[in-house]
Amino acid sequence: MIEFQLDDTSGVATYLQLVQQVHQALRMGMLEPGDQLPTAQQVVAKLAINPNTVHKAYRELEREGLVRARPGLGTFVTRSPSGTDPVTQARFLAAMTDWLRSARSAGLGPDDIEAIYRIAFRNCFAEGVA
Amino acid sequence: MGAVIQTSGLGKQYRRTWALRDCALAIPEGRVVGLVGPNGAGKTTLLRLAVGMLAPTCGTISVLGERPAGGPGQLARVGFVAQDTPVYARMRVADHLRLGAWLNPAWDDELARHRIGQLGLDPRQRAGSLSGGQRAQLALTLALAKRPELLLLDEPVASLDPLARREFLRLLMEAVAEHGVSVVLSSHLVADLERVCDYLIVLVASRVRVAGEVSALLAAHHRLSGPRRDPGTLPASQEVIEESHTDKQSTLLVRTDEPVHDPSWTVRPVSLEDLVLAYMSRAGDDTPARRQRLGVVS
Repeated sequence: MIEFQLDDTSGVATYLQLVQQVHQALRMGMLEPGDQLPTAQQVVAKLAINPNTVHKAYRELEREGLVRARPGLGTFVTRSPSGTDPVTQARFLAAMTDWLRSARSAGLGPDDIEAIYRIAFRNCFAEGVA
Repeated sequence: MGAVIQTSGLGKQYRRTWALRDCALAIPEGRVVGLVGPNGAGKTTLLRLAVGMLAPTCGTISVLGERPAGGPGQLARVGFVAQDTPVYARMRVADHLRLGAWLNPAWDDELARHRIGQLGLDPRQRAGSLSGGQRAQLALTLALAKRPELLLLDEPVASLDPLARREFLRLLMEAVAEHGVSVVLSSHLVADLERVCDYLIVLVASRVRVAGEVSALLAAHHRLSGPRRDPGTLPASQEVIEESHTDKQSTLLVRTDEPVHDPSWTVRPVSLEDLVLAYMSRAGDDTPARRQRLGVVS
């Protein structure tokens, strides 16, 4: 069973934080198909959040096909997120690390690098602006 | 899904001052509603109208489809915890439960006893000697054991320290998870409610400034920053809620249901607190035209 944490300062909606933490736990192998997610009651008791927020997060995960709610039993992981082939992931991690090293040796600081990453990310996904 | 609270043109006047005006709300069932506004904005008046402790000067209000305090049946369906979570100082904790059981037909004694046990309260202790946090928990327990469909809480956490505050909200949310009760809680600080509410009403100077589902409100508001420009040149679909300018830069908080396409803006999401503060800071501006453009219920 995983335990959720909240970052009140992240600006990320609470339900999305829960969704992202499940994604991450799946990627890192902390959750596998068949595993149960904490019940809404358990999450509420730990984090003092609205149970509707937990339901919303779990509905989103269900919509993504990652979990399934079994009435009266709980919510269970059905599969890992797509695109999590470990070989592919390792390849991109290595490429990203190389890129970061070369950026650093070219004299860019962490803030410069983050700004570049954000712009590239935004251009790529056209999120918020178009 | 029906509305737990529905108001139309609702107003309350004390002598010459309006404590609440032109209030039109339709709060859906099953929500945890944050009623936010500065002190004196009319939050307590709205809650008292909803429990029938006050009669409207004008307009209508229905609560769970009936007139507030329209009869014993209606009263049994609504729980109310007034400001400062009042309890009877000289009565013991156990006496409060007995009184609750005697006064409320649907009293859930098991729930009450279970919660008192969970909280570690001694049933023999007099309520006057409880800490602020314990008193608030006792008042919440009494309201929950009545098994209402709608629970109204007036500034329940204002006087609590951060730990008691978290604990109070945790037990409240557990009750929501378990019994599906709809909740309206007021606070002058949105930060207190940020984790728990999924519906927001901002009340300033006796008027509702904005009301709606938190997720929809957050999705519809953006912080734009970029080179200085006149907000008058923005697309009509973008409502400026807050603006600030330097000689070179403009920063706006806008409400829009459409994506922001202008590449000269850096677009950032807003937090619930930013959103509430932006609406509060335009408190003086309540011309009908302005409110209409806002899309605020009026």
